[in-house]
Amino acid sequence: MGLELHTSMLESAVNWARKFSLFNYPFVTACCGMEFMSTAAPKYDIARFGAEFPRFSPRQSDLLIIVGTITERQGPALRRIYEQMCDPKWVIAFGVCASTGGFYQNYSTMPGADQVVPVDVYIPGCPPRPEQVLDGLMMLMDRIQRGEGHSQVAIKLEKAQKKGYDIPLAAIRPLPRGEGHHSPVAGPAATSKVPSAGNK
Amino acid sequence: MAQLVLDTLLAHFRDGEIIATGSQHGNEWARVRPDAWAVVATFLKEDPTTAMEMMTDLTCVDRFGTEPRFDVVMHLYSVSKKHRVRLYGGVSEEDPTIDSVVPVWVGANWFEREAFDLYGVRFRGHPDLRRILMYPEFVGHPLRKDYPKEKRQPLVRRQMGKTD
Repeated sequence: MGLELHTSMLESAVNWARKFSLFNYPFVTACCGMEFMSTAAPKYDIARFGAEFPRFSPRQSDLLIIVGTITERQGPALRRIYEQMCDPKWVIAFGVCASTGGFYQNYSTMPGADQVVPVDVYIPGCPPRPEQVLDGLMMLMDRIQRGEGHSQVAIKLEKAQKKGYDIPLAAIRPLPRGEGHHSPVAGPAATSKVPSAGNK
Repeated sequence: MAQLVLDTLLAHFRDGEIIATGSQHGNEWARVRPDAWAVVATFLKEDPTTAMEMMTDLTCVDRFGTEPRFDVVMHLYSVSKKHRVRLYGGVSEEDPTIDSVVPVWVGANWFEREAFDLYGVRFRGHPDLRRILMYPEFVGHPLRKDYPKEKRQPLVRRQMGKTD
């Protein structure tokens, strides 16, 4: 189409600020809550990443951390809490129950919180170690910096549609990953080294 | 020790209200005719020999394929006499109805609501028999053996393919 989309310097700066000031809303329903407390406590110190401040009101928070098993009965409450949060907002599924339902396969357990709200980062584990949680948080920070969060993409789409552009989703959410902390190692530089060493 | 309870029951109820009794691993049990459920419960609480002041537990067992299909199980304990007894009341699949023991022990209220919710047993005379664990929109009784294992009844789902 010839339509170029690029992230402005202003948006990059705003995203930098956003990723270091995540106000989280812990939706704690089960035993993973103990591990969440451990992550928030001084030993693992989630405050190093600026996400130390749990707000127990969805209206004041922008990161929903779903900690523990979600039942079908809790679904409407979880959805309402997500909808009450201000844009842009992000969601972390903490533990295998919130990610997939875990070992519960029955009439009452929801098979993953992503049945109800869009999840940005899934942290597996039963429960996950605090290191895993901090790793997941750093993944989310990279995602925020790249502007790829579900909510950020939705906002961009909405703005584009207001201007009358018809943009495919793939154009807004770029496929190649940036030079972030979690970018895959395999690249042109990494692959070219091995065969050349073998040829010599 | 709780053989005393069974002896008292058998001496007082002579018209077939007590179908069978037994003892296993030191736990005494009695199978009660379902239409005499509340009468036996009242007697066990008020008789000075048995004096079952406390209803410890009330639940249900689905013996799928046998008749009667459901067994309502009640555990009683006497705080003053320090003995226990377990009562079974079998109800059929066509009419799963048994007397409520809420007039005898008020604490049985939520136990009977749970048995109704998960097994569909109706308790005659219960003051407020409605679901306690599952949501009101739920159809069926999930702990019955013929409830499909992976059937789910979601209240809310997001539209797949959308970003929010």
